[in-house]
Amino acid sequence: MSYLEYAVKSTPSGFRKVLYMNWPLTLLLISVASAGFLMLYSVAGGSWTPWAEPQMERFGLGLAAMFIIAVVPIWFWRNMSVLAYLASIGLLILVELVGTVGMGAQRWIDLGFMRLQPSELMKVTLVMLLAAYYDWLPAHKTSRPLWVIVPVVLILIPTFMVLRQPDLGTSILLLAAGGGLMFLAGVHWAYFAAVIAAGIGLVTTVFQSRGTDWQLLKDYQFRRIDTFLDPSTDPLGAGYHITQSKIALGSGGWNGRGFMEGTQSRLNFLPEKHTDFIFTTLAEEFGFVGGITLLILYGLILVFCMVTALSTKDRFSSLVTLGIALNFFLFFAVNMSMVMGLAPVVGVPLPMVSYGGSAMLVLMAAFGIVQSAHIHRPR
Amino acid sequence: MKPRQPKTQGLAYKRLPRRALILGGLQAAFVGGLAARMRFMQVDQADEYRLLAEENRINIRLIPPTRGRIYDRSGQIIGQNSPSYRIVIVREDAGDIDKVIAKLSEIIPLTKDEIERAKTEMRRSAPFLPVTLADQVTWEDISKVAVNAPALPGVTPEVGMTRQYPRYEDFAHVVGYVGPVSDYDLSQIEDPEPVLRIPRFQIGKVGLEAKQEIDLRGRAGAKRVEVNATGRVMRELDRQEGTAGADLQLSVDADLQQYAQARLAGESAAAVVIDCETGDIRAISSAPSFDPNLFVRGISVADYRLLTEDNYRPLANKTVQGTYPPGSTFKMITAMAALEAGVIGPGTTVYCPGHLKVGSRRFHCWKRGGHGTVDLGLSLKRSCDVYYYDVALRVGIDKISEMARKFGLGIKHDIPMSAVAAGLAPNQEWKQRVHGQDWLVGDTANASIGQGFMLASPLQLAVMTARLATGRAVSPRLVRSVNGVEQPSRAGEALDVNPYNLEQVRKAMFSVSNDRRGTAYRSRIIADEFRMAGKTGTSQVRNITKAERAAGVIRNEDLPWERRDHALFVSFAPYDNPKYAVAVVVEHGGGGSKAAAPVARDIMLQALYNGTPPLEAYPTGDRDRIKEQQKRLEGDRRPKARPSEKDRA
Repeated sequence: MSYLEYAVKSTPSGFRKVLYMNWPLTLLLISVASAGFLMLYSVAGGSWTPWAEPQMERFGLGLAAMFIIAVVPIWFWRNMSVLAYLASIGLLILVELVGTVGMGAQRWIDLGFMRLQPSELMKVTLVMLLAAYYDWLPAHKTSRPLWVIVPVVLILIPTFMVLRQPDLGTSILLLAAGGGLMFLAGVHWAYFAAVIAAGIGLVTTVFQSRGTDWQLLKDYQFRRIDTFLDPSTDPLGAGYHITQSKIALGSGGWNGRGFMEGTQSRLNFLPEKHTDFIFTTLAEEFGFVGGITLLILYGLILVFCMVTALSTKDRFSSLVTLGIALNFFLFFAVNMSMVMGLAPVVGVPLPMVSYGGSAMLVLMAAFGIVQSAHIHRPR
Repeated sequence: MKPRQPKTQGLAYKRLPRRALILGGLQAAFVGGLAARMRFMQVDQADEYRLLAEENRINIRLIPPTRGRIYDRSGQIIGQNSPSYRIVIVREDAGDIDKVIAKLSEIIPLTKDEIERAKTEMRRSAPFLPVTLADQVTWEDISKVAVNAPALPGVTPEVGMTRQYPRYEDFAHVVGYVGPVSDYDLSQIEDPEPVLRIPRFQIGKVGLEAKQEIDLRGRAGAKRVEVNATGRVMRELDRQEGTAGADLQLSVDADLQQYAQARLAGESAAAVVIDCETGDIRAISSAPSFDPNLFVRGISVADYRLLTEDNYRPLANKTVQGTYPPGSTFKMITAMAALEAGVIGPGTTVYCPGHLKVGSRRFHCWKRGGHGTVDLGLSLKRSCDVYYYDVALRVGIDKISEMARKFGLGIKHDIPMSAVAAGLAPNQEWKQRVHGQDWLVGDTANASIGQGFMLASPLQLAVMTARLATGRAVSPRLVRSVNGVEQPSRAGEALDVNPYNLEQVRKAMFSVSNDRRGTAYRSRIIADEFRMAGKTGTSQVRNITKAERAAGVIRNEDLPWERRDHALFVSFAPYDNPKYAVAVVVEHGGGGSKAAAPVARDIMLQALYNGTPPLEAYPTGDRDRIKEQQKRLEGDRRPKARPSEKDRA
């Protein structure tokens, strides 16, 4: 059976493509986003403005983007991977030159209607490129040193550019997502063992560099690590965010304090309550029940991505789906660890829930690719 | 499009599902870890975090209690709380602070200091907190600000409560005054109540205000408010009203007090009127006095200097704090001691040649030629000193001292005023203990006529007189009722003395102010139902040397003021059924019969008639002068124009 035959006979075409989408995934995304609208409504003190309404508009936009991307055949996106990656690199260079400074770092390009964070885009395009790379690479070469170095370089270029912004959180996510994809592609485990060992060495070096003139991290980054390790040392200063976040989360109890009754968020004790710390508001107002529900929804999204990845026989589709799922996982895992006091405060939003346009649009576009892989999977 | 072969073959492809499951498993484990952490925080530790959240949002604000008011015995106000106005500014509402303040200072007077202080305070405090711009503002200025409110964003008048004493000088020494809590005050109190830490909270500093502070203060209420992260109050959760301070009713009669104060004016003097039946203090005046309101507001350095540099010591409360040698007013005690000891009877006579040799020293009678043969009645009436030297030496100092204590001298009376002095009724043991010297017979002679070591306050003299008059251990009572609850009467038990002896002494006291030769005859009361008994006293504040005595004792009028004798007079009336006991001390006033007795008589009559007495109560010869005096004092007692808050601008 020639590929053409298979493609024509076994993939749906025209409007029928919509019916063959991964609908459970779509519904899960809508549920999570709706939880986000509800929380944004709550943290605004019971108002659709200034956050919930724009967020809904963007979600609508994202949903549309997802549908459009979904109906385009997956191999088109595979072919676009290199271009997308280069475009993202280009935007990262651009943001270095004309980016808007926010939170002490150059991260945004103001497009007028929204602020674009090229590093967000990078997370997806890197996964696409690596998936395409391993799709192209004959399987037996996967673990050969030369063919291992290529993806490593592809990962490190954007990682260092993002680190320069400086955005420690995103660069770690890029590194983790890229590494994860290499692991999925079947690179020999010994490489990972070596990298982890080197990583430990690097962390030690970084801490050794503190206070010397070749200091590798900014002072504020060191301080964040300090306060993560012991937030009580400075409860009203740098540790304030972690302390207040933990209080909000813990005080929710089993059932929570009730919708719009969370005192920590309503009285502004919580910092960044509509973005990075929105999970604490949810946990405060809906308690353990609410928090675990969101966690289950996130888990199900991962499960349905896994279903798509394992049901397709196309290597690019599998890798890109798993890579996007991994990215998604890293997003919420890092964010939740942060608000629960398990990880330092790095600026990582809660996916689909936190207020923020570009992160949500990029994620929806990424899920569009997952949907495309699902619709166009070889049967 | 180029045909495409699905890459299904090879090792790497086989690994994919396996690695996907490994990674999925790791992810699932992490999610499980997050869920466990969430459960730990939200279920196991929920109570601790809930507590922390409540601590975050709930603040307890104190509601200062209203201070209890002070009334006189008939319900006239002596200490009250009156509204005081201040102007506050809220930074976030004001916008351009400098512009608003500049505009405000065109409308009302603001000093540079006030503006600077307010600006500094504003920089330090949250933008929504009101900062005081001007305190103690007049009503007119408040109205001006209110009228111009639209042009003054963020500026609001606020009303608070401050202590006010509508009787001005009259009760300064009795009631004292309040002032804002100082760091020193706080350091003096063990475990101070939180309410004391409210800025500008007023507490009693001196006098009754200080002594009855706990009653007057009341208990602070509290409200629980919800605050946000910046400390702004979002809403009130609940409030627990405090209890207002207790209202105190004094035994003092404000009108009598005012009269006494006016009558003493111009002298450095003290007068105490005690109700013999209950121990109630009807008047307790110390002159000169001061305006306690000055201290509430914060007295200026100039005003304070005027008070401290005055020779007449306006700040000293002479009624309880000042102690004086009681002089001849002590002779009743010496007589009682001798009578009770049985060493003399009322008829026992002593010959007075004008002096008595005690040991190697000659003790003089005030009358150079002597009084001749005197008995108890004559000795008191004419105030013969030699009689008392003689009987005192027979009875001994210890018995005299004991008798003095029985009559309320040398002991500290329980009265809620500042610096209440115990006076001194010395005995042999005391001198040995304090001076390390033996008691000498000369000391006894001195003590017998209330000189030497003997010291008594005007209050003690009044108590002594009340006890002589009633034969009961009358004690002074200043506070009649607390919040309407009547305080126990201090009429006292019958004294352990022979009523017959007491009667002899009283008879002699009657003759002092009713017999033609009595030392206080000129200051008698002729209204029959109000006959007065008394005793004059003149206590020396200097030693008269042999040379001076030989050359003739210098008359008081020729001495500088501070070396003149103190004038004293104690009295009770009506003689048959004693109602009031009055003690008057005029510092450096000269003779008791001249300087103190008329004052005591006038105050006594004012008390007995409960107002201005009819001229018929006075001896005929005095009436014109008294009429003049009554007119003058009436004038003095009319409310004077006083510097009020209105004059601040």
